[in-house]
Amino acid sequence: MAAVQETVEQVRLIDVDQYKYGFETVIESDKAPKGLDESTVRFISAKKGEPEWMLAWRLEAFKRWQTMREPTWARVEYPAIDYQDLYYYSAPKKNPALKSLDEVDPEILATYAKLGIPLREQEMLAGVVREDGSVPSRVAVDAVFDSVSVATTFKAELMKSGVIFMPISEALREYPDLVKQYLGTVVPVTDNFFATLNSAVFSDGSFVYVPPGVRCPMELSTYFRINEKNTGQFERTLIIADKGSYVSYLEGCTAPMRDENQLHAAVVELIALDDAEIKYSTVQNWYPGDSEGKGGIFNFVTKRGDCRGKNSKISWTQVETGSAITWKYPSCILRGDNSRGEFYSIAISNGRQQVDSGTKMIHLGKNTTSRVISKGIAAGKSQNTYRGQISTHRKATNARNFTNCDSLLIGDQCGAHTVPYMEAKNSSTMFEHEATTSKISEDTLFYCQQRGLSAEDAVALVVNGFVKDVLQQLPMEFAVEAQKLIAISLEGSVG
Amino acid sequence: MNAEIRHIKTSAETGLAQEFAAARAKLPGQGAVAALRDTAFARFDAKGLPHRRVEEWKYTDLRALMRDARPLAPAPDQAGKARAAKAGQLMSDVDVCRIVFADGVLVPELSDLVGLEPGLSIRSMAQALGSADPLVARHLGQVFPSDDAALALNTALMGDGALIEISDGATMSRPIHLVFATVSETPVAIFPRSLVVIGKGARATLIESHEGPDAVGHQCNAALELIVADGAEVEHIKLTTGASETLHISTLMASLGADVRFNSFAFTTGLAVVRNQVFLRFDGAGTKAGIRGASLLRGKQHADTTLVIDHAQGGCESRELFKSVLDDEARGVFQGKIIVRQHAQKTDGKMMANALLLSDDAEADSKPELEIFADDVVCGHGSTVGALNEDLRFYLMARGVPKHEAESLLIQAFVGEAVEFVADEIVRDALMEAAVRWLAERG
Repeated sequence: MAAVQETVEQVRLIDVDQYKYGFETVIESDKAPKGLDESTVRFISAKKGEPEWMLAWRLEAFKRWQTMREPTWARVEYPAIDYQDLYYYSAPKKNPALKSLDEVDPEILATYAKLGIPLREQEMLAGVVREDGSVPSRVAVDAVFDSVSVATTFKAELMKSGVIFMPISEALREYPDLVKQYLGTVVPVTDNFFATLNSAVFSDGSFVYVPPGVRCPMELSTYFRINEKNTGQFERTLIIADKGSYVSYLEGCTAPMRDENQLHAAVVELIALDDAEIKYSTVQNWYPGDSEGKGGIFNFVTKRGDCRGKNSKISWTQVETGSAITWKYPSCILRGDNSRGEFYSIAISNGRQQVDSGTKMIHLGKNTTSRVISKGIAAGKSQNTYRGQISTHRKATNARNFTNCDSLLIGDQCGAHTVPYMEAKNSSTMFEHEATTSKISEDTLFYCQQRGLSAEDAVALVVNGFVKDVLQQLPMEFAVEAQKLIAISLEGSVG
Repeated sequence: MNAEIRHIKTSAETGLAQEFAAARAKLPGQGAVAALRDTAFARFDAKGLPHRRVEEWKYTDLRALMRDARPLAPAPDQAGKARAAKAGQLMSDVDVCRIVFADGVLVPELSDLVGLEPGLSIRSMAQALGSADPLVARHLGQVFPSDDAALALNTALMGDGALIEISDGATMSRPIHLVFATVSETPVAIFPRSLVVIGKGARATLIESHEGPDAVGHQCNAALELIVADGAEVEHIKLTTGASETLHISTLMASLGADVRFNSFAFTTGLAVVRNQVFLRFDGAGTKAGIRGASLLRGKQHADTTLVIDHAQGGCESRELFKSVLDDEARGVFQGKIIVRQHAQKTDGKMMANALLLSDDAEADSKPELEIFADDVVCGHGSTVGALNEDLRFYLMARGVPKHEAESLLIQAFVGEAVEFVADEIVRDALMEAAVRWLAERG
């Protein structure tokens, strides 16, 4: 019992002071006036130099949004958001004419350096070996600072193989037809309250197009950073994997520590055509608020992938450790025959965090398969909910799904909940779902401690084993980072 | 769209309001009971019929399934009583204490009300409501407070039912069989309400059967409140059978004391739309409860099992197991929720729902939920949906068993996994026989 008591005690003592990305960078920024009305939408569109159809699209979304109400079905509680008290656009000044990384505000570069993000492509291209002997990994990065993308690396090299990787605002100018063809086809403008808001005011995000038969030569990555006070971040990511192509994409998110809550409402759309594969990984580490639940990011994200072609595959992997509120359901529409959807998730909540996350697998094509592995760890006074839906259409013969969601509770003040929905409309459907909730067994801890591990190490060992299934799915560069993040999030309880 | 728009009243809702206004003065009970009815109806009226946007009724949209409200059933005539006398055949092999309700009204001449076993008391709910019975005053509507709209409707319009009391330590040698037969030849609505109070250390088996005549679209909204005191052992069986067009909603509310052994089994083969709601709360430690059921559906039948298992006290064990066999265009729904309260440590809960799809047009929806606020618990749920296993069928056919028979055997085994938990051997056999008959009719 002592070990558990200690753990509980430690968890109580953990403060989010350990959030090491909580610094703020002082940079002059260019903001839209506070509040949201039609002129804000026009302002953002004009700032981006968007084509006329895009403005019309945004205005349509804004009109629709005004008729919608915030959804309340998720198991999260938060004070009402005043949508008029936010800045919808904030950009570091002097942004437009960037020709090379050298012109980026050194403050921003310093910020990313602090975050440990390898922006300096020159260094990598030169094959520099650092003093400590490590070779910088080859990951193309798009860094989004508040509302705009500040730097995209490896662009030229990617171009050689035909891969387009650039801020979506740039893509709208350079490849308007491509964007127009796919934007909003997975998450329609009218999809839900937050997605509609995003459609009206999104400012930047990444755009990826992988041409037919190309295997993207390196990992693509985006780092999102909310810096300004009172700003909402609304990014939009659109990834298209054309026939027979492959791409792996990672995103990471951080924000400064602030007393007030900040809003993040992103939309991610993935489209996989015939035989294509997209692997999308997220390490979400927004500021979670302090131990009393003050501050922190409200994370309302709509992520959806469309396996549009035959034999296509979309895989979501997420490690969720941050945000005061997480409302996020990366989903797959399995439209193409023989397509496959995967969802691997680790959601860790501590302090007063509230997580309501899960997935939707919608089986429409024939012989489609999906796999859902979700691991939730709740500590402190947090609430951690898995909410998922698996459905088969009448004509979706031989659909298969396997779902496994396990929850681990650390301390008796937290809650873990599972809300799965299974809807089978075809007799050849095979759905299997299992879920368990438990605490770390005394026997296991005793066994480890008997062999000389400290109580903390024993818990760490068990937790690592618990999430291993998911960590294995992350690209190597991220797996290490994610593992560290898990340790930080549960520090005190897992050592 | 997320906008909530207050709907225009459906014709069923208007009909119910008219029925209530007309019947209000005639319904049994004054004073506190009448006030209970009024508040319940106000609650229903504010919510309207549950529809698919109401999370608990997501898969059973009453607004669509209940187009209009049937008139309240008049007292049954002789022909009706004669039909009621033949009801409850499924349990004909079992020696029971039989209590018959025709169109929701207790028929004393068909019921074993005299010479009851010691410690057992059975009364008419309508009479008890009318005479301000202390048992009713103490417990009615108190067992599991819920704001469910269908339950509110039952409370508002409750007619007759059984009021059963079993004293401390009494052991019932015969099961008590409540037979609810809808016998009217024109469509009617009935709202039976029963209350069963079981004393400390008592033992009893309670069977409820609900059936109706063919091809008459009755509406039945039944509710049963059950209080089981410490150390009692109770077996509850609910049968819903008959090939009628009836829409049937039933709510079981149970409160279990400490060290109770409680088993409930719901067996459904009949009626057009069936919704079985079970709201159960553990009010004492050391209790074990098994909530199980099997449904065999065909045609356009729709059966919904919705459970809320509330572990309000620690140290209890709950087991839920539901099997549904779905043929033709039938739809089976399972929604189960296990709640473990913050102080309910050492809870052990396991929930399993299996659906077998026999036809391409059948549909299974399953939503097993866990809501856990305590850390020292072992809880799990599982859910599967699938067709008959080809390999097993092939195995049997390779040994000379004809295809149809092989399928029947496999389905029997599937249903049997749940039925085997019924403690009474004769009841268990009767249920398996009913399942075999259903399979024989499958053709």
